[in-house]
Amino acid sequence: MIQFVDVSKKFQRKTVLENINLTVQQGEFVYIVGPSGAGKSTLIQLLYRQLLPSKGIIWVNQFDLTKMKPQGIPYLRRELGIVFQDFKLLPKLTVFENVAYAMEVTEKKPALIRRRVLEVLKEMGLANLRHRFPSELSGGEQQRVAIARAIVNRPSIVIADEPTGNLDPETAAGIINIFEAIHRQGSTVIMATHNHQMVDRRPHRVVEIVAGQIVRDQAKGAYHYAGIRH
Amino acid sequence: MPGYVIKRHVKDSFKSLKRNGWMSFAAVSAVAVTLMLLGIFLALILNVNRLSNQIENDVRVRVLIERGTTAKEKTALKTKLGDMAAVDSVTYSSRNQELKQVVGHYGQAFGLFAGAENPLNDVYVIKAKRPTQTLAVAKAAKQLPHVAAANYGGNQTKQLFQVVGTIRLWASGLMLLLLLVAIFLISNTIRITIMSREAEIGVMRLVGATNAYIRWPFFLEGAWTGLLGALLPIVLIDIGYHWVYQRTAAEFVNFGYTLASPGQFLSLIDGVLLLVGMLIGAAGATISMRRYLKV
Ligand SMILES: Nc1ncnc2c1ncn2[C@@H]1O[C@H](COP(=O)(O)OP(=O)(O)OP(=O)(O)O)[C@@H](O)[C@H]1O
Ligand SMILES: [Mg+2]
Repeated sequence: MIQFVDVSKKFQRKTVLENINLTVQQGEFVYIVGPSGAGKSTLIQLLYRQLLPSKGIIWVNQFDLTKMKPQGIPYLRRELGIVFQDFKLLPKLTVFENVAYAMEVTEKKPALIRRRVLEVLKEMGLANLRHRFPSELSGGEQQRVAIARAIVNRPSIVIADEPTGNLDPETAAGIINIFEAIHRQGSTVIMATHNHQMVDRRPHRVVEIVAGQIVRDQAKGAYHYAGIRH
Repeated sequence: MPGYVIKRHVKDSFKSLKRNGWMSFAAVSAVAVTLMLLGIFLALILNVNRLSNQIENDVRVRVLIERGTTAKEKTALKTKLGDMAAVDSVTYSSRNQELKQVVGHYGQAFGLFAGAENPLNDVYVIKAKRPTQTLAVAKAAKQLPHVAAANYGGNQTKQLFQVVGTIRLWASGLMLLLLLVAIFLISNTIRITIMSREAEIGVMRLVGATNAYIRWPFFLEGAWTGLLGALLPIVLIDIGYHWVYQRTAAEFVNFGYTLASPGQFLSLIDGVLLLVGMLIGAAGATISMRRYLKV
């Protein structure tokens, strides 16, 4: 479960998020939408304790992020899978190695790593690309590798910041299917996105942020608000 | 830590050691020079301390008898020596006995000198009643006929201490300077490694690697640099000390003293050099990690 209680974030004097109250239950799928500069990425970074709030409390599963010591951060992140617009793959490692990396650095056993990585690569339709390097892949394939890396440790929450931002619509649709599959397996999915076609075609809970404040929180929303504003 | 994790760290650290090429080489060299100096310094100081201890507690005066002195003349000499008030006992030791002692202390290499080749003198070993009397006894003995030399410890001790004091001061200063250079060079190679692995470190943090995990390879790279730097000085000092030991053994035994024998002594110095090398490496790595691997 994720819970934001009266969370504000300031950079120097500038308020980027103001009094955010948000609860996400385990297994939900949430789109975070809003104009550029609204604070979506800031919210995401607060979630994985890349940033600390200036005010308020954030809970992620059993972790109180505002009270957590820096030594605790790795253990928070092992329960999260994080995906970015720019993939963040390591160029000198193959597809297999990139995915295995997440298990290696969290000290999993080699035999387990081999088995689990192959399993995830198969799920992602990447098994036959496993010896390629990121530079030898299309954008969609690279993003699939990044997602594979994010979920290989079976996180309870998958966080994505504009995962389709660099992809053409058709490829983006494929990526969304993957997130939906992950969601169906029981993970929470939090996705910041500008992709309205996707939000409209695959309706889930929508949280809209404008100028640092939540202006809409709708159970099965569309990208643009169609109802009556309160 | 499980074996497969250790293996991964070790592999990682060797990879960056290799990738840093000349930087690593410079750092290893700096460590080597520093430790070479430290090793020489240690060997010197420890032996000087050993000798001065031997000398201070020594009541003996070794009266070297001129070559070609007859048995009768020797007996006369012995009586004269024994008559001195400060003398407790006089013992005769022939050149052959002297040689045996050398061989006993310094090993078979000196066995070569047996027989006519023996370079040593016959000796009367006098024991003074107290250490403070050795100077007077030696002076008096020197005046007697057929005496080639009368050696005792005290007269060399003072000079030795002065020289050693000066060496100690300069060597400490120089060593401190070199130590800093070595640590700086190591921290610099580690800095470069950290920079070149920024993307990797970012991903590691993202997927939940602990700080300890992230740090290990850098720490090890520093430690290897220190260890590699220690190897050359260890070899050189081991060889060098054996050489000096064999060359000087005869001289020292003539005075009745011994240098520390190489076996245990060198293991001690080698151990110190390895340890200091690793500490230098660890210090260099830690400095860079503190500055460039902020949590
Ligand atoms: N480290 C920072 N220091 C100062 N200001 C920042 C920092 N990070 C973000 N901001 C500001 O906070 C505001 C929100 O940024 P954020 O990246 O969260 O927006 P966003 O909703 O993700 O936008 P986009 O849709 O373009 O990605 C912006 O005005 C940005 O300039
Ligand atoms: Mg953003």
